[in-house]
Amino acid sequence: MPQEMIHPGTTELTYRDAVREAIRDAMRRDDRVFLMGEDVGRYGGCYAVSKGLLAEFGPERIRDTPLSESGFTGAGIGAAMAGMRPIVELMTVNFSLLALDQIFNSAVTVRHMSGNQFGVPLVIRMATGAGRQLAAQHSHSLEGWYAHIPGIKVLAPATVEDARGMLWMALQDPDPALIFENVMLYNMTGKLAADAGPVNIDKAAVRRPGRDISLITYGGSLWKTLEAATVLAGENIDAEVIDLRSLRPLDDATIMTSVARTRRAIIVDEGWRSGSLSAEIGMRMVEQVFWELDAPIGRVCSAEVPIPYARHLENAAIPQVPNIVAAAKAVFGRA
Amino acid sequence: MTPPTDKPRLSREHMLGLLKQMIRIRRFEAKCAELYTQEKIRGFMHLYDGEEAVAVGVIPVLEKRDRIVATYREHGHALVRGVPMTTVLAEMYGKQDGCSRGRGGSMHLFDRATNFYGGNAIVGGGLPTAVGLALADRMRGDDSITACFFGEGAVAEGEFHESLNLAALWGLPVLFVCENNLYAMGTALAISESETNIQRKAACYQIASEAVDGMDVIAVEAAARRAVQAVRETRKPYFLECRTYRLRAHSMFDAQLYRDKAEVEVWRHKEPIVRYQGWLEANHLIHPEDLARMESEVAAEIAEAVAFGEAGTWEPVEQLTRFTYAEAAAQADR
Ligand SMILES: Cc1ncc(C[n+]2csc(CCOP(=O)(O)OP(=O)(O)O)c2C)c(N)n1
Ligand SMILES: [Mg+2]
Repeated sequence: MPQEMIHPGTTELTYRDAVREAIRDAMRRDDRVFLMGEDVGRYGGCYAVSKGLLAEFGPERIRDTPLSESGFTGAGIGAAMAGMRPIVELMTVNFSLLALDQIFNSAVTVRHMSGNQFGVPLVIRMATGAGRQLAAQHSHSLEGWYAHIPGIKVLAPATVEDARGMLWMALQDPDPALIFENVMLYNMTGKLAADAGPVNIDKAAVRRPGRDISLITYGGSLWKTLEAATVLAGENIDAEVIDLRSLRPLDDATIMTSVARTRRAIIVDEGWRSGSLSAEIGMRMVEQVFWELDAPIGRVCSAEVPIPYARHLENAAIPQVPNIVAAAKAVFGRA
Repeated sequence: MTPPTDKPRLSREHMLGLLKQMIRIRRFEAKCAELYTQEKIRGFMHLYDGEEAVAVGVIPVLEKRDRIVATYREHGHALVRGVPMTTVLAEMYGKQDGCSRGRGGSMHLFDRATNFYGGNAIVGGGLPTAVGLALADRMRGDDSITACFFGEGAVAEGEFHESLNLAALWGLPVLFVCENNLYAMGTALAISESETNIQRKAACYQIASEAVDGMDVIAVEAAARRAVQAVRETRKPYFLECRTYRLRAHSMFDAQLYRDKAEVEVWRHKEPIVRYQGWLEANHLIHPEDLARMESEVAAEIAEAVAFGEAGTWEPVEQLTRFTYAEAAAQADR
């Protein structure tokens, strides 16, 4: 196969590089922006995202923190309230639980509790997701939990373009925004226009148009879902794939327009099923497009178990292409 | 080397035993690293290379009824405690025969039979658990103690301070063992603590403490004896800071951009096995045949563990959601 031409105006880069470019760009544009977190400086970031940034911006703005998630996340809140634009990096969503009090009880509530006198324009980035056999304290997908909370924005870039473009818009937001980077995406490469920049953070995207069923997903599961759509195409099912991009707020319009047209829907989410984001989306469909539906809504979620270490069990615990294909076919009454 | 002070208990056999345990850990982990490159072991794996004297010095001083809480860098602790090498390695293979049934992997070795309450991979996460184990012992009037191992990185977490305070306030028999290897991943102690003398933190909580050369197994053992005796007699916490160094990368993914090779080399000269072995040789306490025997016994044990791991079974996928709840409760939950 001939190698695909890279357009002169595009570069090919990894998701990791795209996140780094986004941070670098924000730091250059706005000197109120700084990055802080564990091992972001000398170590280069636990997923090598911030590698090289310390040399470029120095230790004041690429700030290594001690292992004090609650403390430095809270410090990010204070700095944001005082006019800075901090980017706090929590290595993974699993460790964000140590900062949960600061996020919930301070970052999220201050605007409301203060009667709109104070706001917290803070961005918190963290890795999420399973797939690397890191077991139950390093593999969970808790972004859906965060999406439960009013007062917060929850973003899930799935493409290099979004990894590059969402951060700046999140920093412009007057309220706290969390950005979830799925660990399985860091090494993924993609093409980016040389002049790529900020992207909207409030619209879902149709990543593959289709007529027969809407597959609604985000983050790391997007790529599995697209692969499933390809498999389904071979079985005469033309699936539309929607990338939510923002988990809170949800872009109901894009979801409902799609489902009203395809009349069938599957939600694919690496979070657990019970009390989940997928449940929320499903219920919104019931509320808004129930009469357009031709079949029950389906879901492919993680098994109701902490993510196990063993490879075969971990694989079985999280959504995979064959499960998505099977769930979609089941909607058509096909095995 | 610290000359052994309480001579009577330090028979030659005992002293050789310390060396063997350290060699056991070192060789086992070298094999693990090899198996990791072969992708038999996956996930995060943290080696104890250079720090063996800590687990080997402390753990044998504990009694069988005592409890242990460790971190994700816990292969050595598990082995010294008596968790069979076979089930430790099978765990890292992800086999059902592993000490945590393949659910935990390298970072989550658990073993009820030896009161090994796990590798905890949340930094600082084990400390409150240790406090609770000791609280239960206190409330029941048992005379067990709980040894809690953690790195100096954990000292910055709130859990560290909360746990020390609770243990001191309530008078709980916890032996806090800080493995101060000067780095938390790539973060040097000096850039993570305003007070880098960690032992002093214990003093703020009115906890008796001691700092010891963690590369000197005899010194660690002597300090551990004092510490364990103090906890057992006073039923109060004690803080032991072991000053050590990690000779390898933090985990298998670490390019070590944060430290000079020269620094590692300096520490390599202080590493606990060579140093202790040299001391034994200089004092004519070990003969070449002793060493050869040790090495061959360790090699045999490792070979057996590898065979066990290889032969182990994969848990059927149908059992995926088991152990989310106790089995009886899970029935009731349906
Ligand atoms: C709460 C939490 N934050 C961050 C991490 C990621 N992490 C794993 S090990 C580690 C360094 C810990 O250093 P230290 O406590 O000194 O132990 P060492 O690895 O040196 O033995 C970090 C930052 C984690 N596992 N848990
Ligand atoms: Mg350390």
